[in-house]
Amino acid sequence: MVAEGVNLEASAERADSRRGFLIGLPTYLYLILFFAVPLVIVLVYSFATRTRTGATALRDWNLDSWARVFEGTALQVSIRSLILAAVTTILSLALSYPFAYWIATRTPRVRAILLVLVMIPFWSNFLVRTYAMKFLLGSDGPLSLISQLLGGPPIRLLFTMWAVLIGLVYGFMPFMILPLYAALERMDWSLVEAARDLYASGWTAFRKVTLPLSMPGVVAGSVLVFIPALGAYVTPAILGGGTTPLLGDYIVQQFLQARNWPYGSALSVAVMVVMLAATVFYFRKGGRTL
Amino acid sequence: MNEGTAPRPLVDRLLAAHGWLVYLFFYAPIIVLTVFSFNDNSRVGVWTRPSLRWYGEMFRNDDIMRAIRNTLIVAAISTVVSVVLGTAAAISMERFRFRGQRAMDGLLYLPIIIPDVTMAVMMLLFFVQAFDLLESLTGVRLNLGLGSISLAHIAFNISYVAVVVRARLAGMDPYLTEAAADLYAGPWQTFRRVTLPLIMPGVAGGALLALTLSLDDVVVTSFVTGPGSTTLPVYVFGLVRREVSPLINAVSTAMLLASILLVGVSLGFQQRSGARQSPSDEDEGDANDATTQVVGHLSRVGGDTGGL
Repeated sequence: MVAEGVNLEASAERADSRRGFLIGLPTYLYLILFFAVPLVIVLVYSFATRTRTGATALRDWNLDSWARVFEGTALQVSIRSLILAAVTTILSLALSYPFAYWIATRTPRVRAILLVLVMIPFWSNFLVRTYAMKFLLGSDGPLSLISQLLGGPPIRLLFTMWAVLIGLVYGFMPFMILPLYAALERMDWSLVEAARDLYASGWTAFRKVTLPLSMPGVVAGSVLVFIPALGAYVTPAILGGGTTPLLGDYIVQQFLQARNWPYGSALSVAVMVVMLAATVFYFRKGGRTL
Repeated sequence: MNEGTAPRPLVDRLLAAHGWLVYLFFYAPIIVLTVFSFNDNSRVGVWTRPSLRWYGEMFRNDDIMRAIRNTLIVAAISTVVSVVLGTAAAISMERFRFRGQRAMDGLLYLPIIIPDVTMAVMMLLFFVQAFDLLESLTGVRLNLGLGSISLAHIAFNISYVAVVVRARLAGMDPYLTEAAADLYAGPWQTFRRVTLPLIMPGVAGGALLALTLSLDDVVVTSFVTGPGSTTLPVYVFGLVRREVSPLINAVSTAMLLASILLVGVSLGFQQRSGARQSPSDEDEGDANDATTQVVGHLSRVGGDTGGL
């Protein structure tokens, strides 16, 4: 009797497991065909040969493209992109933390309105927002005209690294604000109160209680800004004008202009690996500081 | 807020000032662009008088109209397909245990983490290879176009839909489906009458996210587009790189308006579905937003791996 019951349960579980797999099967097949297979193809291309005409020959497998990833231009471009992405992340964090803290400490009604005001730019078309920044910063744009009307010099920010930095912060900052806000809003504020009751100063209470408790938000926000900033293509193309290539432009260039697909493939795989590593690293580190 | 935790007035005032400056930073470019899109002058920076001239030009421009049509076709197809596939995957992941689940879970997350540029490269090389293979097998030559763009958009949208729906499923009481089964509801009936209505806000949120991502995509689309199948963002991107013009201002403002309308519709939808839920859910009203769910889910993933 008992053994039979266990058997029945086990076969019911097997049927259930089969059903669960079947429900998801079309999706898994789709992702295997249109995501996993393409991933493998890119990897294969990175070992292929570029012929003199710019076509790619899938033979004479070699490591030339990979060797080029770690030298000269690619290294320079990578370091520049890493620094820019890091500065973007730090600047976004510095601007977002007090902002998210401010929203999280308002009354629920005010908070809801302030949050919708963050959502609107967040959901707005990224390309259009970047273009709006280009329009504003341009040397015959409104800001420059105001400066000239006031007797100042025309503003020459466009097509510099600074414009790209402003554009990246402008574009990705909502990704920092939302997780920070979520962490601060979820926090148990009575803990801060308890710290104050035990004669901690406002600053000490913040440093010892609020900041550690909001750390998951800091980590999540940093990852969400750093990753897209590192691979950014649209922002540098519009605001940087291609004067100083970043990783995103550089990879696209290999495909659309230089027609060196093996090299471009190797670069894109490298970027992907760095980003996966960054994600795992950040998350683990964030987990430990808790 | 109670007195013990309330920041001192000076700190509070500084925080507020900073807050409004951040809002100024967010909105100044958008507002200036919108205002200048109604400027009659063909020199962008010089204001003459308000007019709808550039909006008229926009509607008369065949390239722009075709691009808008292409964008809407791709967005509609990729949203519908990815919502169905993403929801199915979410249910399969959250409600069942099967062999190979971890591998599929990873496959489901990767498209979110992978950079745009890599995704674009992957799609281009895949279609080049697939079309070559198909030609050698059947003799039929396919080309890049709306089909390849839609397939690529579905590939990155599925994951976002799945994440949002999973967050909703995770917060759902599992006994409800069991109760339905006890009352002799079949699996399909249970899904239609119990699970689907409960996860509907998540499905709607996922659909909105997929729609937005599809309407916004530049990088992946520009790699897999063919002649005549250019979408609006790709078309605008091509222009924007070279110049600033009043026509682009008008097109951009129209695109902004479309995104804001979408947010408005979704907020209205959430308010309605929020009203129908129990009052205890009220607190999560704003956290219910799809974006917050994606972000929240990602930070939860962080917590999990951190514990390893």
